[in-house]
Amino acid sequence: MSALAGTQDQARGVGETPPVDRQRRLRRQLRRYWLAVLGAALVLAWIVIAILAPHIAPYPYEQIDLTQRLLPPSAEHWLGTDMLGRDVFSRLLVGSRISLLAGFSVVLIGAVAGTLIGGIAAYAGGRVEELMMRLTDLVLCFPPIILAMAIAAALGIGATNTVIAMLVVWWPKFARLARSLVIVQRNQEYVEAAVTIGYGPGRILLRHIMPNSMGPMVVLVTLDVGQAILTFSGLSFLGLGVIPPVPEWGAMVAEGRELIQQWWVAAFPGFAILTVVMGFNFLGDGVRDWLDPRSRTR
Amino acid sequence: MIRYLITRLASMVVMIVLATLVVFLISHLVPADPILAQLGDMQAANPAMVAAYRARWGLDLPIWQQYFIFLEGLVQGNFGISISTQRPVLDDILQYAPATIELSTIAFLLSVIVGVPLGVIAAVKRDSWIDHLARLLSLVGVSAPTFWLAFVVLALFYGGLQIAPGPGRLDVIYLPPPFVTGLYLVDSALAGQWDVFRNAAAHLVLPSTVLAATTLGLITRTTRAAMLEALGQDYVRVGRAKGLKERTIIVRHALPNALIPVVTLGGLAYAVLLSGTVLTETIFSWPGLGRYTFRSAVSLDFPAIMGITFLVAVVYLVINLIVDLSYALLDPRVVRQ
Repeated sequence: MSALAGTQDQARGVGETPPVDRQRRLRRQLRRYWLAVLGAALVLAWIVIAILAPHIAPYPYEQIDLTQRLLPPSAEHWLGTDMLGRDVFSRLLVGSRISLLAGFSVVLIGAVAGTLIGGIAAYAGGRVEELMMRLTDLVLCFPPIILAMAIAAALGIGATNTVIAMLVVWWPKFARLARSLVIVQRNQEYVEAAVTIGYGPGRILLRHIMPNSMGPMVVLVTLDVGQAILTFSGLSFLGLGVIPPVPEWGAMVAEGRELIQQWWVAAFPGFAILTVVMGFNFLGDGVRDWLDPRSRTR
Repeated sequence: MIRYLITRLASMVVMIVLATLVVFLISHLVPADPILAQLGDMQAANPAMVAAYRARWGLDLPIWQQYFIFLEGLVQGNFGISISTQRPVLDDILQYAPATIELSTIAFLLSVIVGVPLGVIAAVKRDSWIDHLARLLSLVGVSAPTFWLAFVVLALFYGGLQIAPGPGRLDVIYLPPPFVTGLYLVDSALAGQWDVFRNAAAHLVLPSTVLAATTLGLITRTTRAAMLEALGQDYVRVGRAKGLKERTIIVRHALPNALIPVVTLGGLAYAVLLSGTVLTETIFSWPGLGRYTFRSAVSLDFPAIMGITFLVAVVYLVINLIVDLSYALLDPRVVRQ
């Protein structure tokens, strides 16, 4: 009995650090990753806002009141009103929905498509691989925003079309990464074992290799949501995004860009883009740092 | 080296031809009809007008024939005629290119001159306040929407403080300098018109700073990472053991080795700048390729879109080639492989 208690104590002594040390380590980690924590908080805050937007917005976002045009920020209209007398704050809150939705859908669909293409290429090898990767290179040799702009313009204005246009330019980077990850995995013993058992290539790729390559993919996905939101709002700013009067941040900046004296119309929606993109970038930066074994030990 | 160069050039040509095919297919297989975008509603309702228009621009031919007409022209330096400006696309591009080249070159220089030293200092003084500041600055730089940043600096320095000139390349009271290169800074200096030079320079400050924000962040981060890598190498330790000055170790030993990834990114950054100009030029009313691209895209001006996308793809590929070749200069080992 007492011997057992002794081993337990010993086990605790070896396995766990004393509380003081743990606290110090936590503090050190926090100091090191404070930007990532801030980023996570920003992202989370915007997600909550996007979900609750219609309930917390002080005015309906489409409510036009021409007697209340271009009012500066005040107690009634926290961020002022725009050219049609609509409340900028309410539109900004509701606008978070489209930006986040567009960012996530581009990155998620792009990641799935890219992973499949890159994964199949790497697993199939030979001619198929050559063909698929040349196709990837081909898309990559165009500047993304210019190609997306041409496609978005050709498809016609609308958020869905903009997302489709972005998808066309978005998948190649995921395809490249997926290929390099699958190449590492395809000669592993467990793959050979699966082949020996007689599993088909589709099952091996999807059920065995892919789950083992997910880590780096997840990081790239997080990092990329911010970039996707930035590109989407840029296209939207150019008039290739949403159809008015849908509130979207890029379009809101565009509406206010001539109003240098009434700066609040354009300045606040743009600031909203900045904060949400910053959130994803801070988070992604921290995660990358944390996953990089070299930077962790230093 | 020669053999390497030939293979690279050959694959580049293949990529360029494929690029034209992609551009062509995108612009022709999509549902939008350029005729509706170009002709007014009245004219578009008139079948004779529409047919005449189609015949005029060769839009009635089979699609592969249209592609070969496009390719044939391309080989002869003929990019077709812009539907909206009614001028040869190549003339349009040549007219608008200098403004963009001037803007993006200044922005590029700005981000290299600030970004590389900042990255080096951040790496050398790792985890100091300056490192944190550099990290924060570059992360904010890559997160800020270019078009918003452009608006904010314009509202602040032009509208509010009134210390910067407004949009455009020159104040209205100045005439452009006599055309030599199309770069106002160079042309005005050549002509000795120093007041024009000063005005053009002042007009460049805001847009180039805005444009540099993104690339500055990228270059700072890459330089820092590459320097950290280099500073951890054995030859740095050897240098210290020999008693070399820290400054010599950093500048002469570590920095040259850290430059390769920076050069890769430099090429990429220049390409990022070209994309950034679309947004920046729109806000600053900068008469460059970015604005031209945007206008062609929204009016579905296919010859112009094809011409410009093709041109930019070629620039991309050439930049990549230059980047790869400069490895050879920076790292003799590359050639030997």
